[in-house]
Amino acid sequence: MIIIDSKLCKGCDICINVCPKKVYSKSDRVNAKNVYLPFPENEEGCTKCGLCELSCPDQAIYVGKEVE
Amino acid sequence: MVEEKVSPYRKYLREERLPHLFCPGCGNGTVMNAFFKGLEQSDIDFEDIVMVSGIGCSSRVPGYVKCDSLHTTHGRALTFATGLKLGNPDLDVVVFTGDGDSASIGGNHLINAARRNVDLTVICINNNIYGMTGGQISPTSPRGSFGTTAPYGSRENPFRIAEIVGAAGASYVARWTTAHPMQLAKAIQKGLNSTGFSFIEAVSQCPTYYGRKNKLKTTIDLYNHIKEHTITKRKAEKMDVTELQDKIIVGDFENPRRGALCKALKELTEEVSGGPLATKSAYEELD
Repeated sequence: MIIIDSKLCKGCDICINVCPKKVYSKSDRVNAKNVYLPFPENEEGCTKCGLCELSCPDQAIYVGKEVE
Repeated sequence: MVEEKVSPYRKYLREERLPHLFCPGCGNGTVMNAFFKGLEQSDIDFEDIVMVSGIGCSSRVPGYVKCDSLHTTHGRALTFATGLKLGNPDLDVVVFTGDGDSASIGGNHLINAARRNVDLTVICINNNIYGMTGGQISPTSPRGSFGTTAPYGSRENPFRIAEIVGAAGASYVARWTTAHPMQLAKAIQKGLNSTGFSFIEAVSQCPTYYGRKNKLKTTIDLYNHIKEHTITKRKAEKMDVTELQDKIIVGDFENPRRGALCKALKELTEEVSGGPLATKSAYEELD
């Protein structure tokens, strides 16, 4: 499960660029700062490597580690 | 206990101060995450950490971390940190500094701290430009890069801070970039675990000034530019100096172990006075 904190995201697109599985894409949704938020479109491809969590400069991404 | 569904690095941050003031796409946040990851993997307790910083964008990092911190004068973070470490050697002092702070105004403090091998961990966030004051050329700006003070491109040769600190005698030196956060976290872990002066240079992106002045308009352009221009130390050893002109050499630059300052001072006081470190014993009497 991937959650993006819309209060903290500044829309730098680093998560879209770093993800090796191309999970993220740009959405039409904007937050209070008029920033286009990323959206985990291809979530089933996520391997929970945590690279987006580590690379996100604004600590806005949470990747659930639990196996369902 | 129900786990909060927020980034795992948020538990180290002062929630009330978020979102931080770094520009969108600034690498400081990534270096901060890498520091927390390295800290988790190292054998150091978060409670013993003291963060010291000077002036600059990167030096605002300790203000967001839930630990004791000192925000000091420009370039002098290392001198404050030296006093702190020698006053209470039980602390683990981490210095966050930028390229202007450490290489320019604090250059002499940096090489002398490395020469004395003070037991500090220094994380230098090098974004190749003075971001806070409006995009002036810094001592680490690559030859030919543009800035407010170099409208025709810089004609100067840049400093290679990691090599300088290594040559001055630091115990552990490494250089990684924000495009290699896993390796950066590993280097920070090694730096925290080693005794003596450990220096980690994190090459970072400044999309607001460096990117805009150098025709790398988006964060992603600059991020990929950094990634494409890195080369590992092993490969660089086989290459010519001319080929390495615009390359960022990454890897560990380890030195053979030298005596660290804290241990030497402890031995000296025990030899001369027969007791423990003077400042430490004065500190204990107050309890």
